[in-house]
Amino acid sequence: MSAGVELDHVTVRFGQFTAVDDATLDIKGGEFFSFLGPSGCGKTTILRTVSGFLDPSAGKVRIGGQDMGGIGPNKRPTALIFQNLALFPLMTVADNITYGLRVRGVSKADRMKKAGELLDLIALPGQGDKLVSELSGGQKQRVAIARALAVQPKVLLLDEPLSALDLKLRQHMRTELRAIQQQVGITFIYITHDQGEALTMSDRIAVMSDGVIQQVSDGKNVYDHPDTPFVASFVGENNPFAGKVVSADGEYAAIETAHGVLRGRNDKKLKAGDRAILFVRPESFKLGAGASDATLASETISSAFEGNATHVFLKGATKKDITVTVARHGGHKIPTQGETAAIHYDPAMGVVLPDGKMARE
Amino acid sequence: MSSRLLVFLIPLVVIAIFWLMARSEKKLAHDPTHKSFFERNGMVLGITFIMLVAFWSLFLVVLPYLYMVVESFHPKLPPMQRGGPDDHLTLEQYKSFFFEPMDGSLNTTHMWAFVFSIFTSVVVTAFNFAICYPLAYYMAQAGSLQKVRIIMLALIVPYWVNEILRAFSLRLLLASKGLINQALLGTGLTEKPIDFLAIDVGLYVGLSYAYLLVMIFPLYNAIESLDKNQIEAARDLGAPWWKIHRDVVIPYAKPGIASGCTMVFMLAAGSLAAPQFLGGPSTLWFTSIVYDFFFQAFNWPRGAAYAFILLAACIAFVMLMLRLFKVSLGETIK
Repeated sequence: MSAGVELDHVTVRFGQFTAVDDATLDIKGGEFFSFLGPSGCGKTTILRTVSGFLDPSAGKVRIGGQDMGGIGPNKRPTALIFQNLALFPLMTVADNITYGLRVRGVSKADRMKKAGELLDLIALPGQGDKLVSELSGGQKQRVAIARALAVQPKVLLLDEPLSALDLKLRQHMRTELRAIQQQVGITFIYITHDQGEALTMSDRIAVMSDGVIQQVSDGKNVYDHPDTPFVASFVGENNPFAGKVVSADGEYAAIETAHGVLRGRNDKKLKAGDRAILFVRPESFKLGAGASDATLASETISSAFEGNATHVFLKGATKKDITVTVARHGGHKIPTQGETAAIHYDPAMGVVLPDGKMARE
Repeated sequence: MSSRLLVFLIPLVVIAIFWLMARSEKKLAHDPTHKSFFERNGMVLGITFIMLVAFWSLFLVVLPYLYMVVESFHPKLPPMQRGGPDDHLTLEQYKSFFFEPMDGSLNTTHMWAFVFSIFTSVVVTAFNFAICYPLAYYMAQAGSLQKVRIIMLALIVPYWVNEILRAFSLRLLLASKGLINQALLGTGLTEKPIDFLAIDVGLYVGLSYAYLLVMIFPLYNAIESLDKNQIEAARDLGAPWWKIHRDVVIPYAKPGIASGCTMVFMLAAGSLAAPQFLGGPSTLWFTSIVYDFFFQAFNWPRGAAYAFILLAACIAFVMLMLRLFKVSLGETIK
């Protein structure tokens, strides 16, 4: 049982401040959908609007095709997992999990049965009598998931629930969350500022900045075909080269940058004379010179060995260095500090986007 | 030696205990570099500290009460005979609460006043809780900072008005020819004025008003530290507002509730001014009886005995309630 969520021109204002600006989205039933953006971009506001804790200033939220206007959070087919989990500290694990059933008047016997089932699902069998404080971080996490699933929501909303866990556990919980979602088959809406989480778990991602949805697509598309400079710079590492388009055809555009004329894919159909930014990912660069309109040279500032790869930092035209990631098996000689190194890339891996706001470093 | 003077030996015992504690402190510390109390402070300062603590805890706190306890076990005697052959330990003061000393009949007047005082205090406590809980919840969780400040101010400022003024202005409101009766008569709601003071409305209002703050601050403190997400989580899981309070807020605030209720009950049961000014002509408040024994009859032993009966009953009642609601005493003073 899952339901889609539609945002229909949703705007949320707090006084003068617009937290969410005209968001329109169609999240399909059974989808694992993520909102990705830096803190303060409005993603949590969207979540609270879907769960019913906030009313949109304008626009409509529909869940399963039904308008949610005037329906409170306790009457919506959604369940929310809070960033700090908000488990009830005075209740046992089983009481926490079945609280939603208790307020619906489900009998104690049925509740205990359901608690048993859910404890099995989250791999904590027989731990229902423990107090929440006796659990580890990852276990609490799973109890919060079970508590939300107990009320059989059609949509599960998750507000950065993994942010309090350490790295190893976080990576493990990603796989686990995804597996639980596949098993229960309901819509998951996931809020995160961690692109790794968004990319690994989601069917689709909405990248947000300053209350505006920048791009909605699957992870691969968001990474390879960013719509805006913000998406290109926020999702993954990227090297921006700002300049002016000197020549453009349907497929490629060449732009005049501080490092010479460079070429990249012209997805946005820019014309000669437009202000633009070329983005080339660190792993798209190769050491050595290539085609003249896809090669640049600069002074090596430093390099960092990271095991499977080595990052080489070259002096850029702006404050930001140019990062080049050299894979280990390439057998390349890493340029030493002060040495001028030439690097090139495949123009198909460079993206020319119209000039715009980038993510803060 | 009279048992009254025996009480004054206790300071010496306590000072000796403090001394021994200070001496043995070094042995208890497992850290070999740990300096003993006297090594740290020097002999002179060390002794001064011990004397000061002993003086404070004994002379200012414990001894006066102890003296009263001893007093309550003595007969009432003229000053000349105190310490004389008639001065002996006796339970007669406590017995006089249950049986009249004159004829041995049941002392229903005093026992009734006692029950009435306890009962009224319980009602006042419950009434105060009913008023303060929503207000404290609003202040702690719902209201904006600015509104909370205004409410705080509105709560505190009336307490600058002294008790007598407050009590008599309440009389002005509630008296037979008071403002409320005038209004009721004027609008034709009643034919005859209602004597609010005679039916103890004044007593209840006065007592509740007097201890409002004592209830609201422990509640506010307890609810304020509750994570808002807990409330939202319960709401999100489908709980209507009253179940959120029943299952999440009240269990969490229980120590604060217990603390506030205990204080209001104790203070109300032991209050003197409000019942005297606002009680009806036939209302007999227990502490008024105690007061009369001390200051009208000059019967200190009986007054002390009555006061201790009240204290013991209040403590027992509070303990019972704490047990009933599964709150430990330690939690209430957090």
